[in-house]
Amino acid sequence: MDSANLSLKRSFQIQVRVVGALLMREIITRYGRHNIGFLWLFVEPMMFTLGVTGLWSLAGASHGSALPIAAFALTGYSSVLLWRNMPGRCSGAIQPNLALMYHRHVKVIDIYASRILLEIAGTTASFILLGVVFTSIGLIKPPEDILKVIFGWFMLAWFGVSLALLVGALSERTEVIEKLWHPVSYLLFPLSGAVFMVDWLPSSSQSFILLLPMVHGVEILREGYFGSAVHAHYDMAYMAISNLLLLTLGISQVRVISRTVIPE
Amino acid sequence: MIQIIDVVKRYHVRGGESTVLDHINLQVARGEKIGILGRNGAGKSTLIRLISGAERPTSGRIIRNMSVSWPLAFGGAFQGSLTGLDNLRFICRIYGTSTEDKIPFVQEFSELGKYLREPVKTYSAGMRARLAFAISMVVEFDCFLIDEIVAVGDSRFHEKCNLELFEKRKDRAMILVSHDPGFIREHCQHASVLVKGKLTSFDDIEEAFFYYNAHAAEVA
Repeated sequence: MDSANLSLKRSFQIQVRVVGALLMREIITRYGRHNIGFLWLFVEPMMFTLGVTGLWSLAGASHGSALPIAAFALTGYSSVLLWRNMPGRCSGAIQPNLALMYHRHVKVIDIYASRILLEIAGTTASFILLGVVFTSIGLIKPPEDILKVIFGWFMLAWFGVSLALLVGALSERTEVIEKLWHPVSYLLFPLSGAVFMVDWLPSSSQSFILLLPMVHGVEILREGYFGSAVHAHYDMAYMAISNLLLLTLGISQVRVISRTVIPE
Repeated sequence: MIQIIDVVKRYHVRGGESTVLDHINLQVARGEKIGILGRNGAGKSTLIRLISGAERPTSGRIIRNMSVSWPLAFGGAFQGSLTGLDNLRFICRIYGTSTEDKIPFVQEFSELGKYLREPVKTYSAGMRARLAFAISMVVEFDCFLIDEIVAVGDSRFHEKCNLELFEKRKDRAMILVSHDPGFIREHCQHASVLVKGKLTSFDDIEEAFFYYNAHAAEVA
């Protein structure tokens, strides 16, 4: 029993070490040491969100809702980046790392973990930084219920992690997945709740749009942000069960491909 | 001790499965040096990868009671977009040893000069081999898996490798794969021969070579 505990602790230490080493490896190859280096980690998503916020603000005159457009864009587009970037980064993630898998401790799940952690860190830093800057220059008001915002963010991240593992593992089995993911993620964006509140939709289509788990996450996040100014529709139990199913499916697929990956 | 018990490795190929290793058994004691003989494509590198743990067997078990290196080959184990130095840092991190004190040795042994700070994909085969060997000597193991690593490079490089591996680390166990009979004869106590997925072990090297030559015509 004691030795079993010890070896579990040791395995955990090794895994932390490996994921840490892979994080550094990802940062170096993705952002390099030139110009601003790893700051790109959150500057890149910040530029996206800034651009979208700017565009929506310009077009905002006709958007027909009382909600402040900058805060609406910030919460919406940051949510999209959070769940959409992780699967994108995990798709085809094994190939460039095959040589490193010569080392016994480097597992498929570690490669996904490092890419997922980087993506979460980047989009979260970008969301927080833009939120703080926008608030301090008076562009947006601070959130009404910050805990609810954090909870929504956590649920969206969980959804993203689960989807990332599934898309990543399936992309190793067939190249079709990588090709499919681009149009699917693109088409899901307008449906994901980022550009509307469910309440604005005709009630006949609300139940359909609420089949998408991430819509619930964006809704609760916006309720946390705007408080009583919005009427949010969400069922967090539904989202949690969807996330759990997706995560189980993702992990099982990662297990399947772990057995078949051949180091270069 | 490393124990390879009844190991089978099959790969999916077009139109079915190909059995590369067929119920293999092998034991390696501490300090023991074993040569693996076999034609191209006989499954030698697959066997080495399985022993290292980089790949998993289709069935059977591999028990490692000592620390085992990654397959020291002149190509793999490096990420091409990273510099030589970053690859060193990566490997030190995953094996949990310090890095900065290892840089002078790698710098000197690899003779890469300022190329150590350039991406590995820009290296020539010889430069890669020198880097691979230098980094391999940075982490200490009880058993080294050597897959033709000393097959490239000039004679001066061979001498340096021999000194590091077979002189300074002669107390370690080693499993060597090589096409060079002289190399196996010089460094190994025993040898095993892979023919058609079956591994036959011989205490005597000359017997192993006799068997190898007798079966050389048989395709794996």
